[in-house]
Amino acid sequence: MGRNRVVVYPDWCKGCGICAAFCPKKVFAVGQDGKARVVNEEACVNCGFCEPHCPDFAVLVIPGETDQTPCPPETAPDPAEQPAAKEVKP
Amino acid sequence: MAEITQLIHQYLRHNKKFPLVFCPGCGHGIVLGSLVRSVHALGLAKDDVVIVAGIGCSGRIAAYVDFNTVHTTHGRALTVATGIKMANPKLTVIAVMGDGDAFSIGGNHLIHAARRNIGVTALVLNNFIYGMTGGQCSSTTPEGAYSHTCPQGQLESAFDIVELTRAAGAAGVSRGTVYHVKELDALMAEAISRPGFNLVEALTPCFTQYGRGNGFKSAVEMFKWLKSSCLSVERYEKLEDRTGKLPIGTFVRRDVDGLETRWANMRQALAAKKGGAA
Repeated sequence: MGRNRVVVYPDWCKGCGICAAFCPKKVFAVGQDGKARVVNEEACVNCGFCEPHCPDFAVLVIPGETDQTPCPPETAPDPAEQPAAKEVKP
Repeated sequence: MAEITQLIHQYLRHNKKFPLVFCPGCGHGIVLGSLVRSVHALGLAKDDVVIVAGIGCSGRIAAYVDFNTVHTTHGRALTVATGIKMANPKLTVIAVMGDGDAFSIGGNHLIHAARRNIGVTALVLNNFIYGMTGGQCSSTTPEGAYSHTCPQGQLESAFDIVELTRAAGAAGVSRGTVYHVKELDALMAEAISRPGFNLVEALTPCFTQYGRGNGFKSAVEMFKWLKSSCLSVERYEKLEDRTGKLPIGTFVRRDVDGLETRWANMRQALAAKKGGAA
């Protein structure tokens, strides 16, 4: 894990804290500015909770390559060699 | 999961005011997302879907989605939806209403739409209170709950929506919550695809008007309350102590034709009779 990319759009976030409260891996935190921030992106396991539960469509999780094509550990590619996932804009 | 948000963006009207008009922590946005996902899952074209909304916070949903949308008067979403469905039965008509819209001012329309089984899906966003007008108690405010017009606690009982619509003869009645969003997607897709009148009650928290007066410290607490108090109807029926618990799932599944189908059949029969006589 650790390949997933998590994005919060600050313009649409209202800081309700649902993502921060229910994320099983504590990926989010609500900052002083009243917006959710991604604080622990590496821990994301792409459980699928935050995206449909964000009332403002402000959270985007882009799954890493390893989630889609799981391979045995010995043949798993080095994380450093993986190309960074592109940020997808709405 | 990225496709979920990208999918919703395909269905939003980006020229409208964003972020959504709803308060922080309001569940209406989640229901909007669920509606979009269920319509997409059924493979319906945007032009074949009509969203009819009434007045209230829930009425704002119609403005944001890129279907055919009508924003009607208070409580009359179902009447307009009935007219649209009868005029063009090929359309998928979804009436989005709040609890005040559907059960108070539009209560009569609701029971008669259910009785005549018009092929409309009624999506009712139940937040237990009149949110937009300032937090007055509604016909679904639970007994003992506080609101601005019942500061000593609600004395009246709340409507049991499921029993009401079941008794009125609806083809399908289900209840979901915004916490159990995957189930809500499935319930909504099932309701849209079933013929006849289908009602989906989506429980959504209103922290600003309901939660603050009823001992919830944050919107998140209201979601936790939904999580802990709602359970599937099968599990609910096995419970011995049902205090404070709410069943979710599908309660009624009836195999009936919609009014528009019966009307088309009648026209066909009359045309055949006339043709045979001539």
